[in-house]
Formats: sequence, structure tokens, C-alpha cells
Amino acid sequence: MKTFDLNVDPVRMVNQELHDSPVGGFSINSPEGRHCIACGVDAEIDVTIDGHVGYYCAGMNKLASIQIAGNAGPGVAENMMSGSVRIKGNASQYAGASAHGGTLIIEGDASSRCGISMKGADIIVMGSVGHMSAFMAQSGRLVICGDAGDYLGDSIYEADIYILGETGELGVDCIEKKMTAEHRDSLSDLLIANKIDRSAKEFRRYGSARKLYNFNIDHADDY
Amino acid sequence: MCGIVGIYLKNEELNSQLGTFLADMLVEMSDRGPDSAGIALYRDPVSQSSCKLTLNVEGNFDWANLQASMSGYLGSNVTLEILASHAVVVAASDGTALQEWLGSEYPELRVMSAGSAIEIYKEKGLPRDFVKDFELHNLNGSHALGHTRMATESAVTTEHSHPFSTGMDLCLVHNGSLSNHNRLRQQLINEGVDIQTDNDSEVAAAYLMWRLREGDELEEALDRALMDLDGFYTFAIGTKDGFAVLRDPIACKPAVMAETDDWVAMSSEYRAIAQLPGSANAHVWEPSPATVYTWGH
Repeated sequence: MKTFDLNVDPVRMVNQELHDSPVGGFSINSPEGRHCIACGVDAEIDVTIDGHVGYYCAGMNKLASIQIAGNAGPGVAENMMSGSVRIKGNASQYAGASAHGGTLIIEGDASSRCGISMKGADIIVMGSVGHMSAFMAQSGRLVICGDAGDYLGDSIYEADIYILGETGELGVDCIEKKMTAEHRDSLSDLLIANKIDRSAKEFRRYGSARKLYNFNIDHADDY
Repeated sequence: MCGIVGIYLKNEELNSQLGTFLADMLVEMSDRGPDSAGIALYRDPVSQSSCKLTLNVEGNFDWANLQASMSGYLGSNVTLEILASHAVVVAASDGTALQEWLGSEYPELRVMSAGSAIEIYKEKGLPRDFVKDFELHNLNGSHALGHTRMATESAVTTEHSHPFSTGMDLCLVHNGSLSNHNRLRQQLINEGVDIQTDNDSEVAAAYLMWRLREGDELEEALDRALMDLDGFYTFAIGTKDGFAVLRDPIACKPAVMAETDDWVAMSSEYRAIAQLPGSANAHVWEPSPATVYTWGH
């Protein structure tokens, strides 16, 4: 285990060390809201950040397992490709934006636009999410153990949203869908794999009504 | 972009360190706003029959002469304290009347703030230079707001810098941009509100002043602002004895808040709050959209 202290070691140097390490465990202390910590990691390493992080932590993550023992600022795990990012506290806006793969787990709440334009990642929020979450989500799963703010799944494509709590006003073209056995099993596997103590049976599923896929001539005046 | 910070001390024993806290937060927000920096701080309220003004002028100015002539006009001693390009005046007078006199006798002076406790200092340039020039580490107070500006909507000058104050002891700092400020400015001017620049944030400050003048409480005025202000904003608002935070319903401009037994703080980013003592164990959260948060003594 190698330990860095960001009050001494510059973020850029620490990130370079993470990029240069094919294996290993790393501990990063004193993040104090700094930006871009552990961005662009491309190896099966294990990184623990002890404190609150600023913008874009763990962005573009590939293969690595990154834990944040604090809150995360905007854009955490943005464009993640694979691996996992786990946040002990809350996440600010657009957590997991456009993430292609991997697993993002937020143990607290996520703010607005969680999973915006997600493209295949699994995002599990153990608390609630803010407004416009899963906006234009294309693929992947957003699992919400708490409530969702207004406009959930606005203009959603083929991502699945699972939720335990209340939804506000749903986004355009987002509807509640049938929870099939196949969906329940897949959600159950995801919850077990990530040690989330919730039963898949309790969740409702939301997704696209697919009414925005084609131009509707009857609504021409609305555009 | 811009960075905003606010701190409100719950523990009066820390009042002597307010300037240090504010300075550390402000410098941490330099990346977000390198064009200018400014603060509003509240301290040493004057008696009801007196007023406190912060004045600013470009270039050299004979402050002693102003002090003498103002004392002569009022028939009582005026205190005047110079801080870099600004000076704070305390006079036994009604604030509005004194501002009118200043406007006719010294049109080159700008009144940065008026009230009983508020002082506003702002200047173009990097936050760290501002902190040094205005000796922020020596300033005390009960609560304060700060702003680092990255100009987008109007020019980089001292008068376009934040905070904006348009009413007694009221000020506002803003991260964002308003899209209906031109029309709203005209409406406010028609209501008799004095607006000095073409800056969008000044319109927001003027709007709040107008609502308070019309009898709204601060929370009512902010609720109404949600309907009348169009655009992106995170506001921190200072009043004589408290401060408030408001984000627009879309809330894409960042904001984070933190609270301990000793203080409440808000900032555009957590890293400014991380400068405060006890921040590691503070309760930290993101203010919800379209929700008014207030603290008061």
C-alpha cells in the first residue's frame, strides 16, 4: 500500500503514479475538495481516498476499484468505462455522467442529473437522487433505493431505472414498466454482487415509452 | 464561472478571525474567478441615529478633506478609516440623505455599501492581491460574503465587481448569469430603484431591495425571485444579522454548504470550506434547487 498526501503531493503527480502502476493498492489522504483525483486510471489497482473530493474524481475510470471515504463533487466517475467507484457520502450533480461501464455506488444521496446520458454503467444510489436523473440515459441501470426528484428519465432511451421510493413528476417519455422475472433476477444479481441489503422484489422499474424515437407528424406544431 | 463564499459565525469568540477565514476561502476560489474579488462583511453596528458608508474612488483622493467637509456639513464629527482604495465613514446622519449630499458634492465617489454594519470592499485583479491590499487577515466581523469573478456578461472593472449592494445592509453575490436582466432592470428603474451598472447580478440585488422596500420579508422576496428571475444562479445574500442562499430550479451552478457548532459556510466548491477549522468533521450537504436557506442571529 502506497500512501499519498495531497497537501504535499500534487494531484498531477499522484495521478501519473496511478497511471504508471499496473497493480497495487494506494491510499490518498487530504483530498480537501481537489479536482480530478484518480482520473484516467487504466489498471486493476485499488485506490482509497480519505475525505471529500471536488470535481471529476475517478473520471474515465477503467478497471480500477476506487473508494471515496467522503462526499464527491460534480461529475464523479464521469465517463467511467469499467471497474468500480464507491462513495461513502453524497455525490454532487451529474454523478456517473455518460458512464459506459463499471459500477458506481453512492451510499448517500446523489444530486441532480445522476446518470445523465449513461451508456451502460450500473449506478446504485442507496439514498435519493435529485431532479433530471437518467436524463437521456441510453443503456445501463440506475438503481435508486430512496426517492427521485422531478423529471426522472427525461428523454430516456434504453436504460433501466429501478426505484424503491417515490418519484416526482416523471420526465418526458419515461413510464413505469412491468418488472419481469428477467429484470428482477438481473437486479437481484446486481444487488447481491454489490452487497446491497435490499430485495429486488421491492423495486419498481421505469424506462422509455419509445414515443420520441420517431418524428410524430401529429405533434408537428409542438416542435 | 465565478466563485462565491459565505461564512456566518455561530460562535462569537471567532469574530476576530472572520477576515482570516474569508481570505483563505477567497484565495481557494481564485481559479473560478481571477478577474476581480470582493467581500461584504458585517461588523461593529453603529447606533440607530448613525450610518456607515463604504466609499471607493479611482486614483488619488483627499480623504481628510472629505472628512472635514462632511463633519462641517453635518455639524458633528465623522470618523473615516481608509483601507486601500476604499474608506469607511461613520456619521451621525441618515444614510440616504448623506448619500444624496455625497452624490452632489463628490460625484467621483462611489458608494459601495450603506447601512449600520455592512462594509464592502472590491477590486479588479487576483484574489490573493486583493487579500493583501485590503489586509483581510486583520478584519473582524460576525458574517461575511465573498466573490471571485470570471466576467461573462459585462466589463472587468471595480464597479462591475461583486458584491452588489443596493439597499441598507443588504448585499448579494452571484454565480451564474441572468437572461432577463435587461427588461427587469428597466422595470426596477421605473419603480424608482437606483441601478448603477449594466451588470446582471446588480439587477438581482436591486430586485431584492425593491421587494424588501415593498414590505416582503427576505424569505418572501427570495420565493418571489424564483418566479421573476430567469437564468442560472446560485446567490448568497447578506443582511444585517444573517445570510441566505438560493439556487435556481435547474441548479446547474454549484453550491455546497457545511455547518459545525461554530459556523455555517457556503461555497461554490468544498475546497474553500476545507480551509475552515473543523471542516473535516462538519455536516456537509448540497443545497436543494429552488429552496431558500437562511441563518440569522
